[in-house]
Amino acid sequence: MKKIVVEVNGKKVSKEIQDHTTLSGLLRDILNLTGTHIGCDTSQCGACVVHVDGKSIKSCTALAADLDGSKITTIEGLASNGKLHPMQEAFKKMHGLQCGFCTPGMVMSAVDLLKNKKNPSDQEIRDWLEGNICRCTGYHNIVAAVKEAASKM
Amino acid sequence: MASLVGSRVERKEDKRFLTGKGRYTSDINIANQTYAIFIRSPHARAKIKKIDTSKALKSSGVVEILTGEHIAQDKIGGLIAGWAIRSEDGSEMKCPANPPLAKDSVNFVGDPVAVVFAETLDEARAAAELVKVDYKVLKAVSNLGEAMNSEAIHDGIDKNLCYDWLLGDRQKTKEAFDKADKIIKLDIVNNRLIPNAMEPRACVIDYNTASEEITCYTTSQNPHLSRLIMSAFGGVAPENKLRVVAPDVGGGFGSKINLYNEEIVCSWASKKIERPIKWVAERTESFLTDTHGRDHITHAELAVTNDGKFLGFKNETIANLGAYARVFGTVTPTYLFGPCATGVYIMPAAYSNVKAVYTNTAPVDAYRGAGRPEATYTIERIVDKAAMELGMDPIEIRMKNFPTEFPFKQTLVHQIDSGDYVAGLNKAKEMADYDGFSTRKKESESKGKLRGIGVTSYFEACGIAPSPVVMMLGCGVGLWESAEVRFNPTGQVTVYTGSHSHGQSHQTTFAQIAADELGVPIENIDVVHGDTDKGTFGMGTYGSRSLTVGGIAIVNACKKIVNKGKRIAAKMLEASPDEVDFKNGEFVVAKSNKKKTIGEVAFASYLPGVRDEVKSPLPEGDEPGLIESSFFDPANFSFPAGSHICEVEIDPETGHVKLDKYTAVDDFGTIVNPLIVEGQVHGGLAQGIGQALYENAQYDDSGQLITASYMDYTMPRADDLPDFNLGFTCTKATTNPLGVKGCGEAGTIAATPTVMNAVINALGGKEISLPATAEKVWKACKEMKKTNAEAA
Repeated sequence: MKKIVVEVNGKKVSKEIQDHTTLSGLLRDILNLTGTHIGCDTSQCGACVVHVDGKSIKSCTALAADLDGSKITTIEGLASNGKLHPMQEAFKKMHGLQCGFCTPGMVMSAVDLLKNKKNPSDQEIRDWLEGNICRCTGYHNIVAAVKEAASKM
Repeated sequence: MASLVGSRVERKEDKRFLTGKGRYTSDINIANQTYAIFIRSPHARAKIKKIDTSKALKSSGVVEILTGEHIAQDKIGGLIAGWAIRSEDGSEMKCPANPPLAKDSVNFVGDPVAVVFAETLDEARAAAELVKVDYKVLKAVSNLGEAMNSEAIHDGIDKNLCYDWLLGDRQKTKEAFDKADKIIKLDIVNNRLIPNAMEPRACVIDYNTASEEITCYTTSQNPHLSRLIMSAFGGVAPENKLRVVAPDVGGGFGSKINLYNEEIVCSWASKKIERPIKWVAERTESFLTDTHGRDHITHAELAVTNDGKFLGFKNETIANLGAYARVFGTVTPTYLFGPCATGVYIMPAAYSNVKAVYTNTAPVDAYRGAGRPEATYTIERIVDKAAMELGMDPIEIRMKNFPTEFPFKQTLVHQIDSGDYVAGLNKAKEMADYDGFSTRKKESESKGKLRGIGVTSYFEACGIAPSPVVMMLGCGVGLWESAEVRFNPTGQVTVYTGSHSHGQSHQTTFAQIAADELGVPIENIDVVHGDTDKGTFGMGTYGSRSLTVGGIAIVNACKKIVNKGKRIAAKMLEASPDEVDFKNGEFVVAKSNKKKTIGEVAFASYLPGVRDEVKSPLPEGDEPGLIESSFFDPANFSFPAGSHICEVEIDPETGHVKLDKYTAVDDFGTIVNPLIVEGQVHGGLAQGIGQALYENAQYDDSGQLITASYMDYTMPRADDLPDFNLGFTCTKATTNPLGVKGCGEAGTIAATPTVMNAVINALGGKEISLPATAEKVWKACKEMKKTNAEAA
């Protein structure tokens, strides 16, 4: 067991965790932040993407014990004061989601892309999102949503 | 008020999904829950000699371990096939028992034999490692082509043959072939796919010791049907003591139609151990045990005249059922496949013969399109081959054989009510700039690349379906759908549907329909589904049926509401009901111009009397309240159709196939929400393209699934796909009041042959098997180069 202190969606959290607890395990099972999803357990599908210190990572393969002192943002922390983030708005407007399961990871990954590149091309969006699998949308409207968000941010 | 049907309304469900507030089964936790881990067979075929749980039972945190023996002692029933198919000789199909936990034998890798319940997931996992199962391993039947000549897997099922089914007329087809100028032959393997909904299957069970009611939260496309099967066939509990809830479900694509072993076992066990149970599949468990799709070996022949008229078609198929026959397992390769075998064409004579066989692989069942993609792939590939052999243009040969008058009696079963196949193909041709292909091909060639163009025209029979027809064909239930529409006294509306959304957007589309019918703002309409305790029994969502069957039940229930509202309004407005018109949410008497809103009428319906300012005596014979239900059973299937065209560019040095342009023109009749329908097409295309270029479920000779992770099974990713160019034509369905046709499966049905026709076109007509991976294409390019060099 190890004690860690992290900041999750702006709130300080102090927890005793097991050495093998993953970040996704901490979020879902201990903090009840179930917006972060587990689609594969092998860091292939990307449904579990969150931000750690501002960078997108796959939380199913990060050990929580390694993240003492980090700032973590999950899909639950993206909207502020009840106002959706432009990326969330864009996904809604462009119908960038269907079943919603891959969506949290997709949105968190896309937000990080726009931090790195303000106006990405279609190909740059597709290349960046290569680590996030969606089975519903065929990605067409996801790409459209990321472009829409880029134009608004 | 403007009509909402036809509008690009943004989805009501999105906000919760986008803020992490979706509630999927694995998000649910119940106080004092135990965690389940299933012990599964590592062998494809074996006898169970002994299961020793003694050491595992002593492991930390273990609550209980149950095996097939316990299932048998408690007489818990197994999983079933939903359709009874007869062989050509009239004999009944042969299905093995499929107990929820195997007792005597296991028949595929992943077949569950025991289950551990423990206080924590880690403890359940650790204990599962200590369960010792002693197997006598037998030689697996893993190869579909050899299954009929292999040892019988199940006692009493000779040749591993479930049925040998025929649709059509062999004699008439032979006569047609005798008249042919040319017979085109094609042998294909329709590759096995794994549906891979992004949410792995899961169930959370809560047994209430006071009410003796079991609540099963599960990842299902049809919770009512799951409850029925679990109760009537599983014997887990009477239906009134069993509540099945499918909350937010993260995709289905057919793989969540079936009730699975885990739901039966955990529901039964929860009552036994008097504790809640949580089970969540790991991705590899999903790969191993979710139902798979496709997996056919087909020999097809097309009889043609020299000028490209079709005379007859033969389809001889061996279909893999996997180890057991499940709900749609037996009908997918027969009535969902056979009738569509002749495609969108006038075909004077035809037959489909299907032998469905058991193998030591995961059960095969409906996967998006279910039977229709396999049929469309076969006919559209052979039509292209015919065009090539006759030196005709692929569009010309299709146009030549399209029906132009509707209703069109298709060769094998269907009476297609409406369509315009010529208009669809013409539109696709124009949108795809078909005529500019040769220029683009030259450009590609100048860069050392190969370019190909592929065309597909399809129809499909969906919106399943009319109960009298499906029951005659062997279905164990009627495939109607239910709806209930409830007005609250204060004017908001709740719509209950028996269908289920796992991405299809019912909360939006169905609210649009109800808003138009009732003249109530869409914000004031909620759509509820997925809970057997809320709303009436329903048949669920598959086969593109939600709107064409479930949506129409909502329309009909709304019409009943309006009719009753007219009677109440008439009484309030001192007129007769036939003097009352209903428009835009208002009941109006034309001659007096007096009116009441539907909200006022709803309020009045709950206050059936006179007191102070309330003056709303109900008409004689009417009961208080404004709640109506409807069960809609359509007169026929719905028949969407369309034409797709794509272009690929191949790099012969690497074999990489770049999907360069994809144009889809579809006819779905009336479109309720174009935003949502386009999304359905996009997603369908991705899955069809996945089958054509990437996806392939592969078992080795010993029956091990060697593609059981995302590192081995290639899912289409964002950088594999292009933007899609969509167009629509519209001929309204005549069999429902909205004129709608199903749209969920069309993309998947059309995309696979479209892409493969383009790849084969680029390879100069050289046949290549599904999927056209870079390795296969590279080899084909090398052979082409060699052949060309020898010719020169």
